[in-house]
Parts: sequence; C-alpha cells; structure tokens
Amino acid sequence: MKEKALPVLAVLGIIVVIWYAAAVWMNATWVYDQAERAGTTVSFAEVVPQTMAQDRPLLPPPHQVAAELWKGVAGQAVTSKRSLVYHGFVTFRGTMMGFALGIVLGVALAVSIVRFRVMDMSVMPWAIISQTIPIVALAPMILTVANQLGIDSREVPKAVISAYLSFFPVLVSMVKGLRSPDQMQLDLLKTYNASEGETFWKLRLPASMPYFFASLKVAVAAALIGTIVGELPTGAIEGLGARMLIGSQFGEPLIMWAALFAAAILAGLLIVAVGIVERVARKRMGVPA
Amino acid sequence: MMWLVGAVVFWLAAWAVNAAVARSALGRTRGGRVFVPVLFGVTVLVLWEGVVRGFGVQPVILPPPSLIGAKIAGSAGVLWADFVQTVVKGALSGFVIGVGAAFVVAVAIDRVPVLQRGLLPIGNFVAALPIVGLAPILVMWFGFDWQSKAAVVVVMVFFPVLVNLVAGLQASERMQRDLMATWGAGYWQTLVKLRLPAAMPFFFNGVKIATTLALIGAIVAEFFGSPIVGMGFRISTEVGRLGLDMVWAEIAVAALAGSVFYGAVTVVERWVTFWHPSQRH
Repeated sequence: MKEKALPVLAVLGIIVVIWYAAAVWMNATWVYDQAERAGTTVSFAEVVPQTMAQDRPLLPPPHQVAAELWKGVAGQAVTSKRSLVYHGFVTFRGTMMGFALGIVLGVALAVSIVRFRVMDMSVMPWAIISQTIPIVALAPMILTVANQLGIDSREVPKAVISAYLSFFPVLVSMVKGLRSPDQMQLDLLKTYNASEGETFWKLRLPASMPYFFASLKVAVAAALIGTIVGELPTGAIEGLGARMLIGSQFGEPLIMWAALFAAAILAGLLIVAVGIVERVARKRMGVPA
Repeated sequence: MMWLVGAVVFWLAAWAVNAAVARSALGRTRGGRVFVPVLFGVTVLVLWEGVVRGFGVQPVILPPPSLIGAKIAGSAGVLWADFVQTVVKGALSGFVIGVGAAFVVAVAIDRVPVLQRGLLPIGNFVAALPIVGLAPILVMWFGFDWQSKAAVVVVMVFFPVLVNLVAGLQASERMQRDLMATWGAGYWQTLVKLRLPAAMPFFFNGVKIATTLALIGAIVAEFFGSPIVGMGFRISTEVGRLGLDMVWAEIAVAALAGSVFYGAVTVVERWVTFWHPSQRH
C-alpha cells in the first residue's frame, strides 16, 4: 500500500505546486492592471499575495477552491439552494436513473444480440455508430420535445441522455461476457439435456458477471457525464451542471470551480461504490478474491 | 392510416428479409454483413416517416426524415460553415494538439518510474471525470471563438490517450526487451523499434475514445458562448425557435462527421497495427 501511495502523493504535490505557480502567473495581470490604473507600481513580492485572494480570479488557487467547496458543502443547510450537497444530490439522482436505464437497455440488447443472429448483424453496427454521434447535440432537443409532450419534469430528458451514454459499455461487455463460455462447457450442458433457457441462466449469465461489473465502472462515469451535460444547455436550475452554468453566466469562477470539484468527488464516490458492489457480488458468487 | 400500414408492412417485410439473409450463407459474406445493417437503418427511417405522417405528429415534436433531408439540401451552405467552425477548427485542431501532447508526455513519463506509478492512477481517475465541466472556464480564458473549443477538446482527449499509451509502453515482454539488449540497442532504438509499436494497439484504443470526446467537447463548449456560427450555437438557437428540422439536420451532420472521424482512425489503426491478432481476418 505504502509503495503505491507515495508516488501518487508525489504527483499530486507536483500538480498543486504547478497550480499555485499558474495561479500567480495568470492572476498577476489583473493586479498589475489595478496598480497601473491607480498610478502605482507593485513589486513581484507584493503581487504574489494579491493573486491568492481575488474575488474573480482567472485561476483560483487550490485553497480558494477548497474554501468555496467547504462553504458549499458544510456552510449551508443541506436543503439550501446554495448547498453543493443539494445540487450534488440532484445530479446523483439523475445519474442513477440514467445508469439504471442504461443497464436495463444494455443487458436487454446484449441478450437479444447473443440469442438472435439477425439482431447481432443489424443492431450491433448501429449501436457502435450511435456512440460516434455526439449526444450533446441532442440534449437541448430532447428537452424541448419532452416539454412539447407535456413531460414537465427535467429528470426524464436528463435520464435519457445519461442512459444513452451509459448503455454502450454495458452492451459491449455483456455481449462479450455472454459469449465467454467455451464450447466444452456448452457441450457439457447439451449432454445434460439442458434447454436454451437453462443454459442461459446457469451458464451464460454467471459467466458474464465479471464482464458486467467491469463495464459498470465505465458506465457509471459515463452516466454522470451525461447527467451533467444534460443539465448544461437546458437552463436547468438544479444540479452541478446548472451550478457551472450559473457560475459562467454571472462571471463567478469560484462557483464553477467548486461545482467542478464537487462533480469530481461525486465521480470518485460512484466509482468506489460500484467497486464495493462488485467485490460483494464476487464474494457471494464464490470467486476467490 | 395508409402511411402507418405501409410502414408496418415494410418493417415486417424488411425484418423477414434480414432474418433470411442472416440465416443463409449470404450472411457470412462481406456483402451480407453490409446489407443487413443498411436495410435495418432504412427500415428505421421508413418507420419513422410512416409513424410521423400516420399519427400526424407535429413537426415541432418530431419532423419526418423527408423534411430533414430537404432541410439539409436547402441549407447546405450554413451546415458547411458550422461544420468547418466546430469540427475542423474546434474539434480537429484540439484533437491533434491533445493527442500529440499526450504522446510526448507519455514517452517522457516513461523514463521516470516514480512519475509513471503516480500518474497512472491519477490519470485513470481524471479520465473518468466529467471534464466537460471545464468548458465554461476555458471559454472564459480563451474567448468565444474556436480557440476555446480547441482548448476544451485538448483537455478532454489528453487523459484517455495518456493513460492508454503509458499502459501500452509497458506491454512489450521482458524477453523481447532482453533480445533488444543483446543486440546492443540503445534506449531510443528499443523505444522506436519495439516499445512504441507494441504500444500502438493501446494507443489507438485511447485515440478512438478521444474521437467521440472531441466532438462532444467542441459542441458543449459552444453552449457557453460562441460566434454566430457553429453546430452547438445553431442547435441551441434553433431549438429556441422550434426549428427542429434544422436541429435534426445538424445532428445528421454531427453523426456523419463522428462516424467518418471514427472510421478514419480505424483505417489508420489497421494500417499501423496490421500485425496485431485483432486485425487478422
């Protein structure tokens, strides 16, 4: 563990140092401008502290972002509109809906693709092409259409976008997984006179589980990206994506950075959670750890 | 009613044809492999057209494909200008810079084992982050024109390519590296003749992920401010005016651009990694 943690910490340290240097460099322009307007000159030693605590820095230094993040997480009531926990939860809810929808869609398509050759030949190429279409192009339209159809909730279009991004990794891995039993095993089940359904439940499905869980980590990250993108161009008022949009429109970089890091933390938590579910499932299925 | 019945009949007929082709020997040939998905795509379009006309769906909800086709033909000039602005200037330039930077950094990191071990977990994590969120910040830094879009694309494609290439550079086997050593090959010779070629399948995995990310990044960045040209700009303004046929026309262009982009990378991959088992037919 120690051998692993040390290099990671070292790299993190380097990143923070570079970040501070960049913050000084980028924010200094503003300080020099202010000084010039005031008709004074500032030395470099005077500039540095002033780059660390601006209200609208071009690049906020790490401690300012951390402070804003802390203010958003702990400084507000959880139900407040300014609380990052609240917005994070909205995004989390959207992610979970899209994730669930993506899993169902991906698994269902994979099962029918493995079962029917026609599906394999006709649907699989289009599933691949669907991922080369930038879904974000569809995002504003999905919202309008949902509105026209009388779906008032902003959750549905968000979930659709996020499902669109997350179903693909599940589909690809499940197709691979359901086909992973080798001929010997299939033949054995045939000698047992197993029906197709039995072969599916007792051999193919269990065999596909490692592939399934591997794809979940990718899918959950994709679902989160989809949800945030779904919140961006839509004039949404809730969610981390909406916070970023608000920060952009009102010229408040600190809000943007705090929302960005909140999204990063959420992504980390989701990936860890999926990892735990995977470990529990593997243990229950008797896979040696 | 006629439209609806016609569409459903066409659907069933096409399905029967596809099922027959898939089961027959024709399905194993190259022509069959192309024919089946194409017929499937055509069926979806016919069904779409039939349902929209049959149920009298408003064009503001879902325009029929024929209307979208007419729109594409009618406003080719606008679509081309948007394509150049978003795909060529924004996505492609950012893609080239991002992949190039990731390549250089990966090779540089490879010489320092501490960096390599530290950067791989972090890079893996960053690659899973919603980096699109950087779009508003980068638009603020680089202005509204294509430079900011390219910057978003650079950041988005950098990490997947970096992580895959760093992993790929470790893919050559001990035996192979020992063999190079017995031939007296230096670091650079080993890198160019053995380790980089061995890393190429990994590299192209990252590049393929990057192609889709590049288009997403370029379009999303336009939602945060753009000149009055570009696919993201056109989509968001036309949605506001309920000009959904134009939106669908842009989506069709985006889909085509994305598929061609991906296809081009696949062709290059086949050419570079012709030796890899996955490329043998």
